Amino acid sequence: MSFQPVKFYQTGTFTVGNRLLPPEERSVQASAKRFNSINSGHRACQGCGEALGARYAIDAAMEATDGQVIAANATGCLEVFSTPYPETSWQIPWIHSLFGNTAAVATGIAAALKVKGLSQNPKTRVVAQGGDGGTTDIGFGCLSGMFERNDDVLYICYDNGGYMNTGVQRSSATPPAARTATTMAVGPEPGNVFGQGKFVPAIAMAHNIPYVATATVADLRDLEAKVRRAMEFRGARYIHILVPCPLGWGTPSQDTIKMARLAKETGIFPVFEAEHGEIKSVLAIRRPLPVEDYLRPQKRYAHLFGKTPALATIAHIQELADRNIRKYGLQARKEGH
Amino acid sequence: MDKPFAITLDPGSSLANRTGSWRTFRPEYLDRLPPCNAACPAGENIQGWLFHAESGDYEKAWQSLVENNPLPAIMGRVCYHPCEGGCNRQHVDSAVGINSVERFLGDEARKQGWKFAPPAASTGKRVLVVGSGPAGLSAAYHLTRLGHQAVIYEAAPLAGGMMRFGIPKYRLPREVLDAEIKRLTDFGVELHLQTKVADVLQAMKDGFDAVFLGVGAHIAKRAYIPAGDANKVLDAVAVLRGMEGHDAPMLGRKVVVYGGGNTAIDVARTARRLGAEEAIIVYRRTRDKMPAHDFEVEEALQEGISIKWLSTIKEAGESDIMVEKMALDDKGFPQPTGEFERIEADSVVLALGQDADLSLLENVPGLVVEGGLIQVDAGMMTGHPGVFAGGDMAGSERTVTVAVGHGKKAARAIDAWLRGEVYAPPPKPEIATIERMNSWYYSDAPKTMRPVLDIIRRQSTFEEVLGGLDESNALFEARRCMSCGNCFECDNCYGVCPDNAVIKLGPGKRFRFNYDYCKGCGICAAECPCGAIRMVAEEN
Amino acid sequence: MLKQTEGSRAVAEAVAMCRPEVICAYPISPQTHIVEALGEMVKDGTLSPCEFINVESEFAAMSVAIGSAAAGARSYTATASQGLLFMAEAVYNASGLGLPIVMTVANRAIGAPINIWNDHSDALSQRDSGWLQLFAETNQEALDLHIQAFRLAEELSLPVMVCMDGFILTHAYERVDMPTQAQVDAYLPKYVPRQVLDPGEPVSIGAMVGPEAFMEVRYLAHAKQMEALELIPSYAAEFKSVFGRDSGGLTHTYRTEDAETIIVAMGSVLGTIKDVIDEMREEGHKIGVLGITLFRPFPLARVRESLQGAKRVVVLEKSMAVGLGGILSTNVRMALSGLHMHGYTVIAGLGGRAITKKSLHGLFRQAGQDALEPLTFLDLDWNMVNKQLEREKAHRRSGPVAENLLRDVGVVAARNY
Repeated sequence: MSFQPVKFYQTGTFTVGNRLLPPEERSVQASAKRFNSINSGHRACQGCGEALGARYAIDAAMEATDGQVIAANATGCLEVFSTPYPETSWQIPWIHSLFGNTAAVATGIAAALKVKGLSQNPKTRVVAQGGDGGTTDIGFGCLSGMFERNDDVLYICYDNGGYMNTGVQRSSATPPAARTATTMAVGPEPGNVFGQGKFVPAIAMAHNIPYVATATVADLRDLEAKVRRAMEFRGARYIHILVPCPLGWGTPSQDTIKMARLAKETGIFPVFEAEHGEIKSVLAIRRPLPVEDYLRPQKRYAHLFGKTPALATIAHIQELADRNIRKYGLQARKEGH
Repeated sequence: MDKPFAITLDPGSSLANRTGSWRTFRPEYLDRLPPCNAACPAGENIQGWLFHAESGDYEKAWQSLVENNPLPAIMGRVCYHPCEGGCNRQHVDSAVGINSVERFLGDEARKQGWKFAPPAASTGKRVLVVGSGPAGLSAAYHLTRLGHQAVIYEAAPLAGGMMRFGIPKYRLPREVLDAEIKRLTDFGVELHLQTKVADVLQAMKDGFDAVFLGVGAHIAKRAYIPAGDANKVLDAVAVLRGMEGHDAPMLGRKVVVYGGGNTAIDVARTARRLGAEEAIIVYRRTRDKMPAHDFEVEEALQEGISIKWLSTIKEAGESDIMVEKMALDDKGFPQPTGEFERIEADSVVLALGQDADLSLLENVPGLVVEGGLIQVDAGMMTGHPGVFAGGDMAGSERTVTVAVGHGKKAARAIDAWLRGEVYAPPPKPEIATIERMNSWYYSDAPKTMRPVLDIIRRQSTFEEVLGGLDESNALFEARRCMSCGNCFECDNCYGVCPDNAVIKLGPGKRFRFNYDYCKGCGICAAECPCGAIRMVAEEN
Repeated sequence: MLKQTEGSRAVAEAVAMCRPEVICAYPISPQTHIVEALGEMVKDGTLSPCEFINVESEFAAMSVAIGSAAAGARSYTATASQGLLFMAEAVYNASGLGLPIVMTVANRAIGAPINIWNDHSDALSQRDSGWLQLFAETNQEALDLHIQAFRLAEELSLPVMVCMDGFILTHAYERVDMPTQAQVDAYLPKYVPRQVLDPGEPVSIGAMVGPEAFMEVRYLAHAKQMEALELIPSYAAEFKSVFGRDSGGLTHTYRTEDAETIIVAMGSVLGTIKDVIDEMREEGHKIGVLGITLFRPFPLARVRESLQGAKRVVVLEKSMAVGLGGILSTNVRMALSGLHMHGYTVIAGLGGRAITKKSLHGLFRQAGQDALEPLTFLDLDWNMVNKQLEREKAHRRSGPVAENLLRDVGVVAARNY
């Protein structure tokens, strides 16, 4: 586990805070004085997982650095909904350059801070952030370059499994069978094809960078602990956060966190952390569930649950989840308290 | 900074964009009724007092508890805790040990000498309470709280009613009972022992403005059993009452108890402790039909009591009884089979239920009695204005907890009646069912088991069978409470809002929605562990 | 200090004297020697403090420079040809964000067919990117322009591209007068960014701007370039006072006073042109040349003023607007609006084709007689072109053009079809 679970206190480890927990055991998000790095008034859709994930992550980074964070942001939902002229939601120094160059822009910022002696005292740190399109596809060259040079940047990918800003098209992070505008639910193999796509956290690990982690918006304490841990390293770090998208996934706006939780509990999305290419901890499944529980509520998988359910496809997805469970050792274990 | 036009913007300026206008549903905080509270016959706000116990403020928890029930140490021992049956935690792992925490608080109060909060200013009204059982004590307490002078007339030499004369010591040590009664008299309840009321209306002439009757049900029901001269056929009420005298009843070596209720169990277990080698319960139906609580049956069996199911006693001889085997018909009723069996028995104790002694009401006009029960309205008032009744004489569910609830309800109704009003209980909010909650958030934490007295001592002494929790496991148990339907400030709504539209008001003050920015996504409601947020359609 | 050195080395040393804080390097001929030299200086500590970053592409090079400039560091990179095109999106972005990056473009042709030799296609493809574009005639001017470029960029908060002919200048060993560090320090103030990413004073840079303000933003970019037209002559003058030589400015004229024929050109070819002019002047031809140093912003008024007395203008350019003709000439023509004179466009030296004095003599004489086509391709091998055109007429699938041509000149072994 990436963090010390709260010794039994009703909901301690799972809820954002709890009135009786000592302050040091509460999450950053529980604090009335949290930074709100991304402010109210942003134009994200109702129930946006990315808006939530970004505040979780950047607030945690702000906490870890005493408010000394500069962010570079890829083009995408997060950029568009946060900074349409004449208003910005960001309360931190923030730059948006292009869709595919965020990691490199962050490298430049880090280089500037280093050369000016600002990365040491006060220790201003750089965070780059983008969606899965900006990270796993168009920004991948710059990302890999930043990784291999071990530039002092924390790159955060908010993965919602597609190009949602442009109207829900497929990215290399779109899961198999999912319907997008470019992988329609038609033909003999409706939805996104199996056997394609990439899992960038594993590729990041292959760069042997100091820290790689995955997280979801359903596990706040884990997410915050990972950002905090990432900030303890110098060099290239990568956190890949699953952020459900009500629009693209076809889920009710109130179910954003639930969907992330289901992704983790079914083994669809492995939550782990790795240092220097070695896995150090995984977030075990707490209440094991079949993938169907995760798939069925999402309209992007509606074609799997028609009059004749696509049992073979569902079984195939279950196999992929089972493989994750085996590979990362996600099996449920007894909860200590 | 001489920033470039339009491309570079001032931080946080999006506050100008009031996204609240997008909303079609709005979240609202509310308090739903926790199922434990809904299930409590005494009307305790269990979630409310557990809330304080969770924080370790036991005195505040106790004060909150006694707002509804003045007898926590008793209740923590003898209540059959229907609250735990309603507890939503059973859907997560196992119900919260509410009863054990209640007992802990009650015992803690005795230890620390906690006192009730002072009553309201005196109204100058005097209310007669007949009987000092749980209903009477509860009524007297609540009347006192409301500023009335409550005066209890008790026929027996000691107060407590069936709590003293019906419940064995091993379940309710008498010092516990005495302490809680003393706290009530210290509080201002006037208690007159050995004061039998033969005629209520006459008694009221002693300057009372109203009366509450809580005389209980002490008259044992009998069944005709042909018996030889030498055989002892006793009734349970007399046996248990006899335990409070100087000399314990002589039951002999082999005791047969006839009946299937909790009283039958109590008598059998008492007989065992008095030295009976064999205590046999004879019951005409099967275990699942038995009115006694399962855990009591279990404890009795552990103590070596045997039960003859599907049996009736046909006759009692000098040293044995004749039992006829029964069979259930297709409607589930026992029917005689004509098969007989003889069982050795030195005595037979009938535990077939009790009737109330209603003789004191004989000349009260307007009263309605049905099936041995005095009929009351929603405010516990009988057909005669100003005469209220509760407890075993007015209800078919005869438990201490129900009686305490009657007493409270009657006290409030009497209070209203004295002011020329009719008591209207506040409307009950909807119940916080498990479906309205998000149980994901509760850490796995199985129930703490209370220590149990070892079996040898259970068979030979009247020491209390069930132990209490200590401070640390009482705290643990209290914290297992899921606070169903009531905000416990877990910060989830504050944390999960993608629009930062929840304002944290500080410790104990809960939260407020910032409708300027709330887009109405509903995540807060979906992720509220305890179901204290609901989504309401916007009107426009 | 005078020294004989390679053009790239001279530029690298001048850039180093400007104390850049972040340099992003990605190899592409013919700029590579510049960043190689800078890399060495950073590694051996001569240039310090400075972060030298080996990036994975030109797109990353410009992107890193965007980040470092936005965080307040003086930032430099260099590229050429395909590299410039690969970074094009970031090139536009740097100017759009108003970041004062200085970049050397060692001018080189753009493929396909791939060609590493000099022409101006690369830089001119970015003429509308919002960058200032300076063209160096000599190695001396190249190094001088870099010093001025940092000053200009940082004053205006706009990126500046210093263009120098690939190989012809970058790889040429010539005598240059290297300034001293003290001189450069006296000329170039410390970088004070107009906007900077600073936790102490947070801003959001790079907002999305919709129809309600986009036109204004674009106009302001134009206005800023117009400002540069005012600023550049004064910076050149100041440069002269510190360094003692003429370098930079908007344009340079040579023997245009009474010229009837004025040649217009950019870059190193101006040297050859001047030689030819000298020789033709000897023969009594009234001919001169206007060298364009500042291509963006384009000094319309200065060009008009320089050319309005001539009878004809010949724009000789190492670039081409396919389907139209010239790029530089189109710009020059805009300066001559309403003037009645002959105008000729000559496309020359593409992909490193030598521009010889002999060819220029012929060309200028023809022009002097107004016997030139409006659009002329200098030294085009018509034989080769016509053969291919015939081939294409005859066979719809006539094969790849470049290979066919090479076969025609005997570079590729003939194959039977």
